[in-house]
Amino acid sequence: MIRLRLAVALAGVFCASLAVAQATDPRRSGYLEMGPALQKMQDDDTANPAMLFVQAGAATWAEKVGTAGKSCADCHGDAAVSMRGVAARYPAVTPPLDRPVDLGRRINLCRTTHQQAPALEAEGNDLLALSAFVTLQSRGLPIAPPEDSKLAAMQAQGADLYKRRQGQLNLSCASCHDDNAGRKLAGATIPQAHPTGYPIYRLEWQALGSLKRRLRNCLVGMRAEPWEEGAAEYLALEAYLMDRARGMPLDAPGVRP
Amino acid sequence: MRGVLAACLLSLLPGSVAAQQDSIPHSLSGQPGDPARGRAIVANRTVGLCLLCHSGPIPEERFQGNLAPSLEGAGLRSTPGQLRLRLVDARRLNPDTIMPPYYRTEGLTRVARNFQDKTILSAQQIEDVVAYLATLKD
Ligand code: HEC
Ligand code: HEC
Ligand code: HEC
Repeated sequence: MIRLRLAVALAGVFCASLAVAQATDPRRSGYLEMGPALQKMQDDDTANPAMLFVQAGAATWAEKVGTAGKSCADCHGDAAVSMRGVAARYPAVTPPLDRPVDLGRRINLCRTTHQQAPALEAEGNDLLALSAFVTLQSRGLPIAPPEDSKLAAMQAQGADLYKRRQGQLNLSCASCHDDNAGRKLAGATIPQAHPTGYPIYRLEWQALGSLKRRLRNCLVGMRAEPWEEGAAEYLALEAYLMDRARGMPLDAPGVRP
Repeated sequence: MRGVLAACLLSLLPGSVAAQQDSIPHSLSGQPGDPARGRAIVANRTVGLCLLCHSGPIPEERFQGNLAPSLEGAGLRSTPGQLRLRLVDARRLNPDTIMPPYYRTEGLTRVARNFQDKTILSAQQIEDVVAYLATLKD
């Protein structure tokens, strides 16, 4: 209860600073393109369906699993402290690998190496819920990808993919999200494609879903062949989108139509 | 310049479609188009896709786009031949256009498997849409 009130108070501060930032920054979270009813649903933690997944993620955080018999909490303690700002940095290079991985992959590295438990299914509900719980600890914090040459190479690859035309309709991501953002594609307002709210609860999916899933939806709309599960292209686009949104506050978990 | 353009176009089109200047004067299918079928294609968001970007005088479709000019008056602004060329490959008129090439498969990359080597519309569908657009005179 105290936590909830604190969260509401913090949300107030965050909205005020967001308003100031917007006066100068042309970048807009997809949140701002939604109608008042959906904004309200996202703002109210008791109405946002993604918060049910966050609760499940919190339970997993405390659960001892694997041969090591350890929970996330056993090593990381209070997530509000240890996970603060973490989601705002990913994708990032993380040990024992020396290449960037996304947050879900990072969590699975802890599952397999530190907990000695099987990896959670990529984009399955358990991993999405845990990711949403970890991401919530960065709510309101600015997106801050680390300076790193390997990450920079990946961001550049993502920027290239973003601008390249593809699919039967011969469109690029930029055709819509840079050149026509704010306009109407049939009934939908085209957002600027900032990844601030992920994972999101999308009403059309009736489920929590990842940024990758959202990107696949756009690829299908362009009549382009989606890359296969786990392809480097998704990670590159995610790294680029995070860099493009650098400094914007995370507002996850978002709700989308 | 125009001549080169027409020559390029000729070599790129499926089959042997004659293009002159900024228009393709002859029916792609050899048959006339049907405006009623054309209207249905334009209205259909998964067939013609036109109303994703355009608005037009099709009041029963509530959600229309505003990425492109209204289709109202299209038949006043362009001849059927010009409309046909625009639909076949709008890049011939504006290389940076976002309007998809409806009757051309060359030069596309990473097309989804189920659409590979297929044009968005068939020759007769193009004719039907041209016939419909030609009726939009106010
Ligand atoms: C034809 C226009 C179009 C193209 C091309 C397109 N998108 Fe989108 N995209 C949309 C629309 C419209 C939405 C919002 C859908 C909705 O609200 O239902 C969207 C949503 C998104 C979002 C979610 C933003 C949010 O606030 O949650 C991201 C991220 C995104 N697109 C990225 C991409 C990327 C990357 C590409 C290229 C691979 C791409 N899109 C191609 C139209 C497009
Ligand atoms: C046995 C201890 C241990 C357990 C259990 C554990 N982790 Fe970790 N975790 C670490 C260590 C150590 C690191 C630093 C990277 C490394 O050396 O692997 C880390 C790093 C991370 C990071 C990246 C932090 C950053 O700043 O980049 C995240 C996120 C994370 N863990 C989440 C989790 C989650 C979620 C769980 C439960 C599913 C979990 N961890 C379980 C030890 C653990
Ligand atoms: C992805 C967006 C998009 C789609 C889908 C699309 N168009 Fe266009 N169209 C445009 C744009 C943008 C223009 C403006 C000129 C340019 O940039 O090429 C245009 C121009 C036109 C014009 C010339 C405008 C005028 O009247 O002077 C006609 C006619 C036209 N489109 C018809 C259609 C028809 C019919 C369809 C469906 C079969 C269609 N378009 C689908 C984006 C689109």
